[in-house]
Amino acid sequence: MKRIGVFVCHCGINIAETVDVKRVAEEAMKMEGVAYAQDYIYMCSEPGQTLVREKIVEEKLDAVIIAACSPNLHESTFRAAAEEAGLNPWQCEIANIREQCSWVHTDREKATSKAIHIVATIVQKTKLNESLEPIPVSITKKALVIGGGIAGIQAALDIADSGHKVILVEKESSIGGHMAQLSETFPTLDCSQCILTPKMVAAGKHPNIELMTYSQVDEVSGYVGNFKVRIRQKAAFVDWSKCNGCGLCMEKCPAKVSSVFDRELAKHGAIYVPFPQAVPNKPVIDKDSCIYFKSGKCRLCEKVCEIGAIDFEQEDRFIEEEVGAIITATGFDTLPVVDLAEYGAGEVPDVIDGLAFERLLSASGPTVGEVRRPSDGMVPKEIVFVQCAGSRDPERYKPYCSKICCMYTTKHALLYKHRVHDGQPYIFYIDIRTGGKGYEEFYHNAEEEEGIIYLRGKVAKIFRDGDKTVVWGTDTLTGRNIEIAADLVVLATAVVPKDSTAELVKKLRIQTGPNGFLAEAHPKLRPVESINSGFFIAGAAQGPKDIPETVSQASAAACKVISLFSRDHLEQDPAIAWVDEDLCGGCRICISVCPYDAREFDEEKGIVIVNEALCEGCGSCVAACACGATQQRNLSDSQIKSMVTASLGGV
Amino acid sequence: MSEKMGLAPPKSPPIRLTREIVNAGFKQRVDELSGQHSDACYQCGNCSSGCPLAQEMDILPSRVMRLVQLGQSDDIFNSETIWICASCFQCTVRCPKGIDIQAVMDAVRQIAMDEGIDHFGPDQISPELAAEVPQPGLVGVYRKLAT
Repeated sequence: MKRIGVFVCHCGINIAETVDVKRVAEEAMKMEGVAYAQDYIYMCSEPGQTLVREKIVEEKLDAVIIAACSPNLHESTFRAAAEEAGLNPWQCEIANIREQCSWVHTDREKATSKAIHIVATIVQKTKLNESLEPIPVSITKKALVIGGGIAGIQAALDIADSGHKVILVEKESSIGGHMAQLSETFPTLDCSQCILTPKMVAAGKHPNIELMTYSQVDEVSGYVGNFKVRIRQKAAFVDWSKCNGCGLCMEKCPAKVSSVFDRELAKHGAIYVPFPQAVPNKPVIDKDSCIYFKSGKCRLCEKVCEIGAIDFEQEDRFIEEEVGAIITATGFDTLPVVDLAEYGAGEVPDVIDGLAFERLLSASGPTVGEVRRPSDGMVPKEIVFVQCAGSRDPERYKPYCSKICCMYTTKHALLYKHRVHDGQPYIFYIDIRTGGKGYEEFYHNAEEEEGIIYLRGKVAKIFRDGDKTVVWGTDTLTGRNIEIAADLVVLATAVVPKDSTAELVKKLRIQTGPNGFLAEAHPKLRPVESINSGFFIAGAAQGPKDIPETVSQASAAACKVISLFSRDHLEQDPAIAWVDEDLCGGCRICISVCPYDAREFDEEKGIVIVNEALCEGCGSCVAACACGATQQRNLSDSQIKSMVTASLGGV
Repeated sequence: MSEKMGLAPPKSPPIRLTREIVNAGFKQRVDELSGQHSDACYQCGNCSSGCPLAQEMDILPSRVMRLVQLGQSDDIFNSETIWICASCFQCTVRCPKGIDIQAVMDAVRQIAMDEGIDHFGPDQISPELAAEVPQPGLVGVYRKLAT
């Protein structure tokens, strides 16, 4: 018979207030197999851990149970302590008497009884626990970064600088993302391009970074340390290895296509680079707009290209790669203006969104930095900014705060005022949120010194009246409604996840939250990891965030990857499914229920085996297996039966 | 809406803001006379919450600050607040942005007098009432009118 030690934690008053911890220890002592039991105020503290270690030796314990908080918090702490004292880590179990007992009950007598039952249950499990060894898994020290915005660029650069190879995949033909569209950045007003382009160039030239633009991740399989990815590089119809970026083809192209990069405020040819500082600075042909592809005639670009880089026969390429870790940094979009019916649904020409206004402010934008409205090119003298356009509106649009709008709208109004001195900017807001270094000061300066009028209230309606755009809002601070006949209206539309994110997460098998943003493993303590090992997240794909925060998260995700790559091999938890080959009938029901693709049919043996590196130990196949061939290590059927009996008060 | 037959004049018509109104001079004049920068007010409301006479006012001191910012002089002159203000400096002492709100009140009263807008004055006090009013009260009234 194993000698089991039970250690009951008070967790200050978190457990002790509701559960009589001394009685739990006394009752544990009476349980069969328990050789020692003790309570202590903070078991996770150094003296608490020392107590566990000492008693393992003194009492010659074969296994220990820590009755404390959730195993999510301290299982690894106590398993490490047990290992130090010479036990196999899998001989250490946690009995959760906090989250599942003291925190959810008020009746001390009943809670104590329940805590005793929980301990009794874990004693039954522990009696039959096998000693296990972690499963070693090899690791490919190469990372995949999906998304070439500032988050992806930063993460790729950090990993590459540590000496590891990185594949940076970007859907568009150039990296840069939304940051490349911005004019200046808050709160310091440094030019976005000026601080971004050096990083873009560095990413483009880094010997450890393989840039794959105009590409998308098509398929992902494998597991942490050993992913297989298939990347589709879309046909650019330009041979980039020949193209020298002279730009003659773009000049001569007779087609006119609205520029997505310029928020449709400008046009470019069917052959184009999205912006002059593009990396790589190579054009692509938009097949849907190209006159040759549509009518079979033209090929003007081909005629002017002296080096013969145009290739109308080019096809999509598929590239297979092996990587050890994947960072998803797919960024954001903004809620389309057409979705906002009360703000004109995109039909009022002088109602634009924040990104379009960035392009109007940008020195490299369609108006070369002059603020001119789209309808007639007039310089607006009365300009209204509408915040929370689709944000903080749980009934109709998005329930969350888009976080960046307070700051960028203030920046917009400020930059407008710097360009149009006799103009008047108004900002409608619900609350002004300026949590960030130097942010509150930036806002105060705008309000106090720059003559920007802040009006506290949500705008109800925007409509066209002659050449004016009328805004109906309110100012709750005066208790009066406000009407402004504006020349231009800028909407701070809600930040939303990229459309393509939903499809991508299915391929990666990672999770998103209720609003479609990538879910982190823990909101506070694991903010850059996905629940699934080997997947990391960075930037606005996880939730609205500004540039400083995005860069911090990207570097943090890179650091996690580098830490992963610093090991020679990975260790997989061995408490996973295994198959009794004599019992398995090969029905394959386990394959259909496994969410991790960890069950594979072995043609030769006629049974279904477990891929130990992929198995997460969820137990789905164990429950589904009709003949009892699949079992979970340290959660065998006999363990579960005796645990159920103990939990119901039996022995 | 107000011009429609049978409807009473609107009680709360919308403020039609234009850059002319915002910059027409009321705010600038108040700032000039008071030596204050009324745009610095961020409407925290501390002046109102600390005002010992707030309970007697129809609009609170923070609302007066807001109306100055938006150039809405009529709304201020239609209220009694500036005449109820005792110039006790509570608001000035409390303002987290360092605005001398009392000085703003003084400035608004001065403009009201310059423009001949009706207001409470000592000549309106009957001799019987004047006999009952405590001296500091009368001094306060004269002080307000002398600024």
